[in-house]
Amino acid sequence: MPTIRVQEAPFDLGAESAALTAGRTDIGGLASFVGLCRADDGLAALVLEHYPGMTERALKKIADEAWARWPLTGCTVIHRVGRLVPGEPIVLVLTASAHRAAALEACAFLIDWLKTSAPFWKREEFAGGESRWVEAKATDDAAAARWAKPA
Amino acid sequence: MKILYFAWVRQKVGLAEEDVAPPDSVGDVAGLVAWLAGRSPGHAAAFADPRQVRAAVNQDFATPDQKVAAGDEVAFFPPVTGG
Repeated sequence: MPTIRVQEAPFDLGAESAALTAGRTDIGGLASFVGLCRADDGLAALVLEHYPGMTERALKKIADEAWARWPLTGCTVIHRVGRLVPGEPIVLVLTASAHRAAALEACAFLIDWLKTSAPFWKREEFAGGESRWVEAKATDDAAAARWAKPA
Repeated sequence: MKILYFAWVRQKVGLAEEDVAPPDSVGDVAGLVAWLAGRSPGHAAAFADPRQVRAAVNQDFATPDQKVAAGDEVAFFPPVTGG
């Protein structure tokens, strides 16, 4: 069963990895992805908005899809909301499997899909006080599309 | 019908949510967009280019031809930018 959390609080990669693998002897590979807030163009902060209820539901749907496609034995997805400053972690994806290929592929799938299929919106705040909404990128759509199943 | 707005759609409309009772002629998401756009200058600005706005009906992503009915929760927002 995937673990899904949407929270304002920071997360700790080490603690989440330890929690996922505690007492387990069936996991041969644990893959992780951590997305961080980057200081582009004098960015002071990112403010992340979400759709409470639907966001958790969408993340669960994406994680369930990964669970169905790869032989996973563990999966954690944590996405933060609220105001984040450069250097802070935004999103965590952990995937565990008996072997590395499934863990690595499922991890890449999850981050590609959640960027285009989970209702979060980023607003950039700059040092001068101005702010703007981040626009969706065609490259993100392309990254998600490569995981589409053949018809 | 409960309508929710997020991100710049919320800012342009000037509301995070509202309860509305559209006429019976409004049967799908596209019809609801056209009807909501007439409610105020803010609504009109938010829906000026409907291709820039995404929708969800009862917390699932929806296309413009998706049916809507009284009691539904319908949300409008820009393309998502999480991750």
